[in-house]
Amino acid sequence: MKNPQQDLAEIKSMMERSTRFLSLSGLSGVLAGIYAITGAYLAYSWLYSPNVPWGLEASAQIDSPLLTKLTLTGIVVMLLSITTAWALSRKKSKKTASQLWTPAGKRFLKALFIPVAIGGFFCMAFLHQGFFLFIAPATLVFYGMGLWQASHFTLSEIRYLGYGQILLGIIAAFNPMSGLILWTLGFGVLHMIYGSLMYFRYDR
Amino acid sequence: MTDELKGNYDKAFENVIRLRIMSILMVNEQYDFNSFKELLEVTDGNLASHLRYLEKQEYIEVEKSFIGRKPLTNYKATALGRNAFQQHLEFLENLIHQNKA
Repeated sequence: MKNPQQDLAEIKSMMERSTRFLSLSGLSGVLAGIYAITGAYLAYSWLYSPNVPWGLEASAQIDSPLLTKLTLTGIVVMLLSITTAWALSRKKSKKTASQLWTPAGKRFLKALFIPVAIGGFFCMAFLHQGFFLFIAPATLVFYGMGLWQASHFTLSEIRYLGYGQILLGIIAAFNPMSGLILWTLGFGVLHMIYGSLMYFRYDR
Repeated sequence: MTDELKGNYDKAFENVIRLRIMSILMVNEQYDFNSFKELLEVTDGNLASHLRYLEKQEYIEVEKSFIGRKPLTNYKATALGRNAFQQHLEFLENLIHQNKA
């Protein structure tokens, strides 16, 4: 009979590798944070520009050209982050000789993007109804719930990032005037902290 | 600790490929042939023969379907298979405990 420890290690490793998507790169978190901060800086300068630094009273009239600009910025930040995450995960999965598009990977994406898509529809409704102040809290909360869900299918530390986003989102919902700053903390700073921790822990 | 070992060493899981297959099916409701092949890095023939062995033991169930024109073969653990794996796992754990004692 073979070594029972080795058999147990095999069992554990297979259970983990078949259920968890392990190719997520820490670096993509850091880059997503940088994109978010850049986007938020642009939004801040459009919205509050003569009142810098850190005025909370919007100086610009929120009209539809500005709204389009803000929405487009948000979408560009999101697409850049997704593309980066995808490209870096592909690189990492090649390095570890594992497959990217596994059943675990699919489950991870589904868990993350169902709450995010629902949040997206909510934000569209807020935009449509003119409740602009609730967009920042809604994106934070729904994204946080997506991360929390997805944490069951990847390295589970990502759930702390999820809790952080949800907490900031709820604070933002009660302090809508600070929405942009809290959004920047969540999508920018938290991503960078999480990404660098994961990078130093797993990727090097 | 008793002298007699609890659990049951199952010959079906002596082979490491079959042990891996069953480990995967314990935590996944179902798993398809190609995904097994990618994760386990084995040849078609090798994988198929181990799957057939487990199927003959009635430890796993096969479900064939089509996605468009592509055939998709999904595998599931049966209650019998889950039980056998559980027993096997228990045996290994007890063996380790006993070696330590």
